[in-house]
Amino acid sequence: MSSPFHSAVRTALLAIPLAGLGLAACDREDREPRGAPVGDSGPAAITQGSLYAGEPSPPRPSHREYENNAYHLSQGKQLYTSFNCNTCHANGGGGIGPALMDDKWIYGGTLDNIYATIVQGRPNGMPSFRNKIPEQQVWQLAAYVRSLSGQTPKAASPSRNDTLNAKPAEQRMPKEEPKGSSPGGPNLEGRQ
Amino acid sequence: MAIARFAGAALLLAGAMAGPASAQTGTPSDNVPTASVPSDKATPPTAAAPPDDGNWVMPAKNYASTRYSEQDQINATNVHDLQVAFTFSTGIDRGHEAAPLVVGGTMYIVTPFPNRLFALDLTKPGAPVKWSFDPKPAASAQGVACCDYVNRGAAFADGRLFFNTLDSQTIAVEAETGHELWRTQLGDINKGETMTMAPLVVKGKVLVGNSGGEFGVRGWLTALDAATGKIAWKAYSTGPDADVLIGPDYQPFYDKERSTNLGMSSWPPDAWTIGGGTVWGWISYDPELNLIYHGTANPGPWNPEQRPGDNKWTGGIFARNPDTGQARWFYQVVPHDLYDHDAVNELLLLDLPVNGTLRKTVVRPERNGYVYVLDRATGEVLSADPYAAINSSAGVDLKTGELTMVEAKAPKMGKVVRDICPTAPGSKDWNPSAFSPRTGLIYIPHMNLCMDWQSAEANYIAGTPYIGAEVRMFAGPGGNRGELSAWDPLKRAKAWSVKEDLPLWSGALATAGDLLFYGTMEGWFKALDARTGEELWRFKAGSGIIGQPIAYRGPDGREYIAVLSGVGGWAGAVVVGDLDPRDSSAASGWANAVADLKQKTTKGGMLYVFALPQRR
Repeated sequence: MSSPFHSAVRTALLAIPLAGLGLAACDREDREPRGAPVGDSGPAAITQGSLYAGEPSPPRPSHREYENNAYHLSQGKQLYTSFNCNTCHANGGGGIGPALMDDKWIYGGTLDNIYATIVQGRPNGMPSFRNKIPEQQVWQLAAYVRSLSGQTPKAASPSRNDTLNAKPAEQRMPKEEPKGSSPGGPNLEGRQ
Repeated sequence: MAIARFAGAALLLAGAMAGPASAQTGTPSDNVPTASVPSDKATPPTAAAPPDDGNWVMPAKNYASTRYSEQDQINATNVHDLQVAFTFSTGIDRGHEAAPLVVGGTMYIVTPFPNRLFALDLTKPGAPVKWSFDPKPAASAQGVACCDYVNRGAAFADGRLFFNTLDSQTIAVEAETGHELWRTQLGDINKGETMTMAPLVVKGKVLVGNSGGEFGVRGWLTALDAATGKIAWKAYSTGPDADVLIGPDYQPFYDKERSTNLGMSSWPPDAWTIGGGTVWGWISYDPELNLIYHGTANPGPWNPEQRPGDNKWTGGIFARNPDTGQARWFYQVVPHDLYDHDAVNELLLLDLPVNGTLRKTVVRPERNGYVYVLDRATGEVLSADPYAAINSSAGVDLKTGELTMVEAKAPKMGKVVRDICPTAPGSKDWNPSAFSPRTGLIYIPHMNLCMDWQSAEANYIAGTPYIGAEVRMFAGPGGNRGELSAWDPLKRAKAWSVKEDLPLWSGALATAGDLLFYGTMEGWFKALDARTGEELWRFKAGSGIIGQPIAYRGPDGREYIAVLSGVGGWAGAVVVGDLDPRDSSAASGWANAVADLKQKTTKGGMLYVFALPQRR
């Protein structure tokens, strides 16, 4: 026989999990009617090909300040060694990973593309550095990678090498012009 | 092409062993396995090199690793008629380093990543596919493969085929049907571990080791039960003796190899845990001594100033008991390696007269430019003679076994050390030589390159390379980048050599027709007179050749020569990776040495099989 006291305790104990279920049930019905704006941020902002459904979306606001700034590019050059980018991509000529100083971009050559490739990784061997590099440093790295093929202003590009001098410094590299094979190039609209 | 002869130079060294050695050994019949071969020649032990049955069941041909075929239908008088019998496209266009295998009427090929395995029916016209097997390895493994996505071949034993995948699995497949029997995951690509070597099967155990010495992995060799894939033993190349399988059996010849836990104490604290010493090269086996022989690769990182000490047990040769894995002896070829000189090249087991006594030896054309001859029972260095241009070391002291290094060529932080010979890949890399008991010569496909080196501080991030050096390579003295040397192990000198424009990255094959076969990186497949080095035949393959040629007797009783074409590997990275040679440090310096290769060949993946025209 159970006393009234005991049954009260039992009811209370039962109520706790039931309350949890009730909350979960409310979440289940939660809905976000609109979601984030299409193509504005996150992975959706980045395209890896040059084919679009419908008209191409307008490009997202870029981070050109990283490409035009000597400090950011020189930081990027240092980080390129610190994060072992150079051990796969050499001084831009490539090795285990592809060359970064030529006119070919497998996963897109815009600053956004390069940022995404560093953070997300790529399926054929590029490791993901998600949560390993602070965001600003990723932008610096991405801008430096563009300087390897002369995509950044010469006034801002690094002008000397600290090591073997395996190739001329970025400032002296001719500007490569990516061809149609390179997705997400800088001038998708109006390319001539 | 130039042919140089070294008969004069050989005389300088030959004095000590003038006269037939058999006169000085007690009973020649005890020591000389084959009666038809005179005892003043090197011979492989019969137990490790049994008579040729026409098959080719392991990449090295036999446990003695001679890569010699007794097939003699194709010879110097008829080789000019050699023509394509059939071809097969593998569908993969990365570097094809493997040797095809032939077992009773079927040929087996393993491709570079994604490591597909094909069985071709040799009994039918055109050798159609009998079955194929796709192991579906992880694509991300491509990002931790130092030197292209190569695979050096499968091994056959007891109706099963064994091979490794780039993402560190060993897989057994039923040879008749292609059905998977077992697979064992042995490494983690997130630590940079891959597998590229060809297994060796000894007494029901599949011996395999890891790659990844450029990623700070910890090297090992392991034995898997051939029936189940279960690990029987695992021997690490660094760390405590218990991990290295150093125990009561261990009897090294030199005292410097003898102390407790050298695999830890010869490193800065804990550096051995990411110290390399991978086992991605060749293994040989002497059934009479019941010892396997294998090398250990370079220590990591390349920058030697980050790892003061001898860095045991990297850069050396182990003899082990295949049943237990227990080490018998070890010889460190390159203590505290300065130049990425993996000691994993092929190990030829030869019985060889040395100073009038027939010795059981293991012969190794080493990455550092010397042909080493070691007593394979004890690990004693009997000789070490240069076969290529060397300025970074000044010989091996035969009393102590010590390699004397040249201080001026040692890498130093903050300095570019120029014109170091040989390079990081060495005078010779993985691509194996062949030995003919008929000529007594070892045919060494090798390189003639030098390099500039600048050390940098290596930074360990798991899953990314751990190197700490910038390198560029270029042609060595004379300007030719490759050479095929016929080495006389008795005279300890070259009998002849052929200079090649491009570095040689293919294996060699010797046959009883007194022919020598090898390929070049621009795609020439060549047959030379094994006695003189005269070129007798050549064929241009679709892509550069870095594979291992084989010879076999087909189901129709005819002799065939097979080789895979498909440029790549570390040496061909500039082509397969579409690298930019304007950066002389690309591919760790290789791009500079072969900047012209992109104009000379393209990617490919094709089996070529050759035979004499059929008489009707």
